[in-house]
This record gives sequence, structure tokens and C-alpha cells, in this order.
Amino acid sequence: MARIAGVDLPKEKRVLIGLTYIFGIGNHTAEQIIKKTGVSPNTRVNKLTDEDVAKLRSVIEEDYDVEGNLRGQINMNIKRLIDIGSYRGLRHRRGLPVRGQRSKTNARTQKGPKRAIGGLKKKPPGKK
Amino acid sequence: MPRSLKKGPFVDDSLLQKIEELNASGDKKVIKTWSRRTMISPDFIGHTLAVHTGNKFIPIYITENMVGHKLGEFAPTRTFRGHGGRMAERASKLKG
Repeated sequence: MARIAGVDLPKEKRVLIGLTYIFGIGNHTAEQIIKKTGVSPNTRVNKLTDEDVAKLRSVIEEDYDVEGNLRGQINMNIKRLIDIGSYRGLRHRRGLPVRGQRSKTNARTQKGPKRAIGGLKKKPPGKK
Repeated sequence: MPRSLKKGPFVDDSLLQKIEELNASGDKKVIKTWSRRTMISPDFIGHTLAVHTGNKFIPIYITENMVGHKLGEFAPTRTFRGHGGRMAERASKLKG
């Protein structure tokens, strides 16, 4: 029904919440958009009138970077860091945390699932 | 927390003087510097600075994209040669 900024259509939720399904729009931005358009935040997405949808769409298109556009920008920023050879770029390249967090342990969000290293250790006998 | 905008970007005075001299005379020379904390300002573009790593100087050609970063970001101070050694050898023996 309501198709804004490409592929998003969460039905049966309040508009305020539904908007947050768009990449780049969170609670705060959703609130701002709703204030600007004057749509009631409590209407369900499938009960929006076509005018409301059009209004929402135009506001989002004009004032916010969203979905593919935003992703492109983020990637460009990372690419810039890598290209200029900065420390942060290096950390991005290695897939390690960029902002000085410890990486001896943890940092699993960046590093991904654990990989076994260092070969198999002999199991101590008699212990299970 | 970022630096207060009121203060403006930090640039070591001695380095700034040298850069300004070069800009005035139009020379291109490699300047050695220990001031890793200096923020790269637009004046630096096109110069090559040799930034100290605590051990040696790494020559860095300053481009437009680097403005706003600190010199130290481009001269890593640590060399990571990987973990392992004996452990890695043993692992490769087991495989082979």
C-alpha cells in the first residue's frame, strides 16, 4: 500500500513506527517528518490517505538521505578513510574496531564469528 | 569528546611557520616533524611531511581529503607481525 523510498511497506503499524522501517529514519526523524506533514502519528499505515502518503514521500525525498543513497554515502566515507591511508581506514580494511576498542577479546561485531586458530591442542587425559 | 570549536584547530606553531615559509617561497621540501598531534590544515596540501613514528619518519604526501585529520593518523606506530610463530609452525605440520 504505502510505498515510500523504494521498497518499504509495513502495514498495520502506526505511521510513526512504520516510518522507522526505512533505513535512515529512526524514532526522532520519524517524529520530525510527522510534525512537518501534519499527519496524525496514530493512524495505521494501511489507513493513510493517498495525499498523506504523497506528503510523507515528498518530505522524505526532499529533506532526508535514506536507503540506498545513505548507504552510498556511508560507504563513500569509509572508502575515503581507506584511500587516504589513515589509521581508521586501516582498521576498516582489516575488519577490526575503528574507535580504539580492545580487540584482544570481544570486538565480535566487527570481527564476525569466532575462528579457531593455532591448531588442535592435545586433550588432557582423564578429563572430560 | 571533540575539541571545542572556539579554540579552532590545533597546529604546532613551529610546523606552521615552516609550511608558511615554503608556501611563500614556492619550494617543495620534505619537512621532518614530530608533531603527530597537528591537525592538517588546507595550507599543507601538496607538501610532503615526514611524520615521526617514535622510530623513523614516514613521508606523507598531503592531499585535499586529509584536511581535518591529524598527522599521526597517517603514520602508524605499531608493527603487527602476526601471532603464532611456533604455534603456527605446528599447525602447518599437522596439516601437511
